[in-house]
Amino acid sequence: MRIVVQACDFDAGALLEAMRDGRRDIGALVSFTGIVRDTAGDLLDMTLEHYPGMTETALEEIAARAMETFGLLDALIVHRFGTMKPGEQIMMVAASAPHRQAAFDGANYMMDFLKSRAPFWKSERRVDGARWVAARDDDEIARDRWSARS
Amino acid sequence: MKLVYFAWVRERIGVPQEAYDGAARDVSGLLAELTARDARYAAAFSDMSAVRVAVNQELTDLDAAIGPGDEVAFFPPMTGG
Repeated sequence: MRIVVQACDFDAGALLEAMRDGRRDIGALVSFTGIVRDTAGDLLDMTLEHYPGMTETALEEIAARAMETFGLLDALIVHRFGTMKPGEQIMMVAASAPHRQAAFDGANYMMDFLKSRAPFWKSERRVDGARWVAARDDDEIARDRWSARS
Repeated sequence: MKLVYFAWVRERIGVPQEAYDGAARDVSGLLAELTARDARYAAAFSDMSAVRVAVNQELTDLDAAIGPGDEVAFFPPMTGG
């Protein structure tokens, strides 16, 4: 299990390669990368604030629960903080397992919990001003769909 | 006790953190004291359905007990990912 919280960008390929390195028991490796998007063409940049200490603890808990719930072989969560421009990577999760369903489910689960349980807050700076991004009810619903299994 | 604030809660109160040595022994008592003290707190805590609380870096609720040495954090719903 590996948790990385940092301001600088990361090499998704190298991180995935490190998860496979020296192992023969992995049959499936699923990863998700979140990217700063600018669909309206007016986003200057996005800044992520976080709660140092609580962030690492929350991410460790989420990864550990994913490993236990889905029998993962390994789990990775990388999350950046600070200011990022459209097109930049914000975060990634990866889950390895003997078979694909557990790896897909594990990655999905980590994303759903990360959205509403990891202490990060996004603020967007657009052409017409800055604003805090509101939490989405959809994210809570997505998280709660796992409650029957864990 | 140490109080810490994030995102728009921090902006409304105007400081990222501060020391507290008052008499409150639970989160709701602390909120009542702060909002009575200054309009900045009243602005930050006017709608508590939009504020989350953590004591010693663990999410909790308004009934949570607090005491000397604790770190109490207030922030909006989280938006990671």
